[in-house]
Amino acid sequence: MSEVATAYEVNGIVAQHDEEGYLTDIGQWTPELALLIAKSEHIDMTDEHWEVVNFLRDYYEEYQIAPAVRILVKEMTKKYGKEKGDQKALYALFPYGPAKQACKIAGLPKPTGCV
Amino acid sequence: MSTLHTVNKSPFERSSLASCLAHVAQGDAVLLIEDGVTGARRGSSFAEALHAKSPVCAIYILAPDLAARGMKAEDVIEGAKFVDYGGFVDLVAEKTRVVAWL
Amino acid sequence: MSEQPSKKKFLYINRKAPYGTIYALESLEVVLIGAAFEQEVSLAFLDDGVFQLMEGQDTTGVGMKNFSKTYRALGDYEVRKFYVEKESLAERGLSVENLMPVTYEDEDDDYAEKPSIILVDRAEMAKVIAANDVILSF
Repeated sequence: MSEVATAYEVNGIVAQHDEEGYLTDIGQWTPELALLIAKSEHIDMTDEHWEVVNFLRDYYEEYQIAPAVRILVKEMTKKYGKEKGDQKALYALFPYGPAKQACKIAGLPKPTGCV
Repeated sequence: MSTLHTVNKSPFERSSLASCLAHVAQGDAVLLIEDGVTGARRGSSFAEALHAKSPVCAIYILAPDLAARGMKAEDVIEGAKFVDYGGFVDLVAEKTRVVAWL
Repeated sequence: MSEQPSKKKFLYINRKAPYGTIYALESLEVVLIGAAFEQEVSLAFLDDGVFQLMEGQDTTGVGMKNFSKTYRALGDYEVRKFYVEKESLAERGLSVENLMPVTYEDEDDDYAEKPSIILVDRAEMAKVIAANDVILSF
């Protein structure tokens, strides 16, 4: 799939992204932009999706990195219980990988070590 | 179970050699490579510190790096041993671990 | 004594201040990537490396990412030993009070928060080096 656009546009705001769709400037992220990125990933955002996206944004704010999937699972379990902190459940929400896809929707850079 | 320490920076520019010598253990080896060889020059301000460590650990110099900088065997501290690239590899193989002091 | 023979002890030696060169950030990235391989990993901070753990780093003016916050995430990645050399601190007019607190949660002790920073003197640092299998220098 070749992507021609190099920027997202929502409410008149143009936000640049890299060739894989990750935001260039994390500061430009808005919830509306998240919906647009999600749409391009063929994801309909539900409350469960938002929990993960918001968790990732909080984690990034605190530590300046996106967590590895196993850390995400561990921390989601701690915060929301075993049902939410489950690798299968996370992959059901984000089929191309919670770290990769959810990070993109959350406006974060591609996770370290994620190829 | 000993360590090979390599130093590749001039001690006149960085603290790598000083720091290395402060962390060597009995039976370790120190190998000076690249600009690190300058510290072994006889009469230089690091010669004494280096020489003082010789009872604790062997001091090696990578000969091609010394020659490239216009120095000869007699220009460096007494007791230093010389290795070529093959000898470098042998040292790495002989020791348990390598610490690079950058 | 149930340690697997394949499990090696990795020590990352950090000797450079952050931001001036890429060493500190590179080290951190390698630690994060390496953490996926389930080896025993600890970090050593000596010489200018101790500046990496300074409390209150603010990079807004230099336009770089303040990656000092990331050290505090390492406990989650089972990186729980930060050996910091006393003499290196003292030479730079620093003490442990100038460093940011880094902690990990001990799951074997009801998730109690425990400090990751271990102060060692130079002789002890030499022993820490000798107790590891693989040394990565930055």
